[in-house]
Amino acid sequence: MVRQLCILIISLLFLPLANGNTRFDQALLDLTQQSFKIKATAVDIISTSQHEKSQLLLQTLLAGDLYYNKNSKQLVTILDSDDELEEVTTKSLLSGEESNGLSDSIIKKVKINNQMRIRIKAALAQFELKHDDPQVRLNAVRNMAKNSNSNIIQDLKAHLSDETDSNIIALIEETLALSVLRFGNEKEQLEAIESLSHTSNVKAKTLLNQIINTAGTEHYSTTIIAASRNAIKRINDTEKLNKSVETLFFGISLGSVLLLSAIGLAITFGVMGVINMAHGELMMLGAYTTYVVQLLMPNTIDYSLFVAIPAAFVVAGITGILIERGVIRFLYGRPLETLLATFGISLILQQLVRSIFSPLNRSVETPSWMSGSIQINEMLSLTYNRLYIIVFALLVFAALIYVMKKTRLGLQVRAVTQNREMARSMGIRSGYVDALTFGLGSGIAGVAGVALSQLTNVGPNLGQAYIIDSFMVVVFGGVGNLWGTLVAAMSLGVINKFLEPWSGAVLAKILVLVFIILFIQKKPRGLFPQKGRAAEG
Amino acid sequence: MHNTILLKHIFINNRVHPSVLAVLITIAVLVPILNLLVPPDSFFHLSSYSVTLFGKYLAFALLALSLDMVWGYCGILSLGHAAFFALGGYAMGMYLMRQIGDRGVYGNAELPDFMVFLNWQELPWYWFGFDQFWFAMLMVILVPGFLALIFGWLAFRSRVSGVYLSIITQALTFALMLAFFRNEMGFGGNNGLTDFKDILGFSLQDDSTRSVLFALSAFALAFFYVVCLLVVNSKAGKVVTAIRDAENRTRFVGYNVEQYKLWVWVFSAVIAGIAGALYVPQVGIINPGEFSPLNSIELVIWVAIGGRGFLYGAIIGAIVVNVAKSYLTAAMPDAWLFVLGALFVLVTILLPNGVMGLIKTKPTKQADINGVKPHEST
Repeated sequence: MVRQLCILIISLLFLPLANGNTRFDQALLDLTQQSFKIKATAVDIISTSQHEKSQLLLQTLLAGDLYYNKNSKQLVTILDSDDELEEVTTKSLLSGEESNGLSDSIIKKVKINNQMRIRIKAALAQFELKHDDPQVRLNAVRNMAKNSNSNIIQDLKAHLSDETDSNIIALIEETLALSVLRFGNEKEQLEAIESLSHTSNVKAKTLLNQIINTAGTEHYSTTIIAASRNAIKRINDTEKLNKSVETLFFGISLGSVLLLSAIGLAITFGVMGVINMAHGELMMLGAYTTYVVQLLMPNTIDYSLFVAIPAAFVVAGITGILIERGVIRFLYGRPLETLLATFGISLILQQLVRSIFSPLNRSVETPSWMSGSIQINEMLSLTYNRLYIIVFALLVFAALIYVMKKTRLGLQVRAVTQNREMARSMGIRSGYVDALTFGLGSGIAGVAGVALSQLTNVGPNLGQAYIIDSFMVVVFGGVGNLWGTLVAAMSLGVINKFLEPWSGAVLAKILVLVFIILFIQKKPRGLFPQKGRAAEG
Repeated sequence: MHNTILLKHIFINNRVHPSVLAVLITIAVLVPILNLLVPPDSFFHLSSYSVTLFGKYLAFALLALSLDMVWGYCGILSLGHAAFFALGGYAMGMYLMRQIGDRGVYGNAELPDFMVFLNWQELPWYWFGFDQFWFAMLMVILVPGFLALIFGWLAFRSRVSGVYLSIITQALTFALMLAFFRNEMGFGGNNGLTDFKDILGFSLQDDSTRSVLFALSAFALAFFYVVCLLVVNSKAGKVVTAIRDAENRTRFVGYNVEQYKLWVWVFSAVIAGIAGALYVPQVGIINPGEFSPLNSIELVIWVAIGGRGFLYGAIIGAIVVNVAKSYLTAAMPDAWLFVLGALFVLVTILLPNGVMGLIKTKPTKQADINGVKPHEST
């Protein structure tokens, strides 16, 4: 009693400086009380005091390691305990003074409940807000958000100006808005609702819904409720927009796969008029080439694709040239026969792969730089492999357009396509051009196979799955028109993906097929028909 | 007067057609006798397994005949003819499914097992009537015929032809395959229709039923062989052949090319459907795999090997290739696809008119046979 009186007198003497300390000391005493309510207030006081030990104190308290001496009312931690002698050694938290040989009956634990735990965490978070590691700061803001009371508004506002990490700033703004909704005045609340409507947070939606549900009671004014309704609508719209962007992305990535698989066909079928049913199997060869390349360089998987792409081009291209020289050149001008012969070749290639690599699917590894995704916002993330496929498909397309329009080979190919006799009399070796063109188309099929190996199983049936789709794309786009193929692939991919949530994947595919069948009835020459004057062809 | 000349032309002046018919009728009579009356230990006894197997070949031969009508005589290469075959098969399968009654695993008299399994409460509307044999048989004809009518009407009217037509027929059968794989369609999904018990009260397991089905297949093949012969030798049949050889010229002469094409197309689809209906009770199952584009293309090679445009070429091609397939897939499973693939390549390059084209010495303008003009330079 005397001691407390002394402290009181001393503290009165240094009033401006020590006022905080007095309250702090009082709070320390309060912690030894039984009532959780008093203790909770004490925690608040301790956390707002600028005392150097307050963080340590709260941490110890949260961990359940804080005790007090019944006699001296000192807050201590237990250093050592002896169960037989029922004695403990304690260390005072504030002064650091150690005392041993105390009977454990006079040392008591400072009990806390969940309510206090949340407060303590929120209080500790304020200290962590100043931590160097952004991850720690992010967690701190999350902890504060859980215990939203009117105090954190000030703390977070104060911190906001110092913060540099954009993720944390966004989270703080959101948390602020949520807390203001609860504790602020009407003007602040309206501002908060406005700022929440730009977020895509589930919690914000729940809170706004809660506000709307109180309509009719005196809790919130009608303006607030109306504002909340608008905000929810806006959040839903944002969600819908994100969903659409995602579907569009999936559609374009499917379209890119279609483009890759159809573009080689657009050369062989579209430009040369050869129906190559073995096109799918050339893609399969490309995929198996990737598999073999990865077997040969198991330690450098990350770079394997850069080797596999040219390798697949060469393997499939040479196979294509062999097919052209061995079979197709005898069948020019008889498209239906070409179809049958190349179908036979596709069966042989399938069985060849089955005999060499077994009928089972082979696993091709994905390089590390292709896994993962970019987070655009909370609801939208785009995976890298799809992104790279889109870029890759467009690159291949651009390269092909360049070859056809700007190189000598392209010029010769177009000449032979338009008028074989005339081209030959100009000195173009038409057989040589045919072989190279077919090789080019086949090589691109092989490159497409490399891309497919990253998306689906590599097995003997890989090609069959894509051949019908590829033909559909070429026919839909208009035979002989590379740009038509691009447009057709992308639109079919996007249509397919937009139908899917509504109808299911299989039905979407059926609907697209039926759509193309009907479309061809309407425009038998596809979207972008080649101009010509032939009565049939 | 015209008819008698026609019949004389077909059956008296030509030695092949009467012999084909004679062979078909002979086996229709002989095979059941060898199976049922000859004791099992005799050398001449034919096992029930062989009877069913040959019955299957005959159903395939009928299917090949139907393709020859459109490809060999009208120049329309269908890569989706197995779709009509499968549809006819499904119509027959639905009848057989209803005949199971309460003998299924779940003992539901009204619903087939797979519907009970999927928790369906009542029969979908499109299953009504299939407990009646006559209705099912009507559907065997009407469903493929109707699909062919719609598809053909759309396609021929807008003059989709050649390669484009082939590709969309392939898309058609592919779309149907995907659709029939769906459980929601109500056709048994992946597993299709199977576990059949009896047909018109006769057990499908009985040797006598199998023999009768075999004989029916042989008679059906003989019947449609004659019908096809009459058709291709009729005036309309000549127009169809003219369309194959020079479509535009026929059009400019004044014939309504689209009508003729549509008519042959539907006729062919109906025969394919009937072939499917004969096939299903003999093999005891029909599933969406029958729609797979590969089946349709295999069918094309039967006809190509036998030689198109002879009718009997298609029959012989179907039987020879299928016998080889049965033998090779058992003896050397890995070799079959190599053989089939090589057949495709060799036949198209070396035998544009098939094996029968080699034997028959009559010169044909081979480049014209599919209605496509030869390329300017080659």
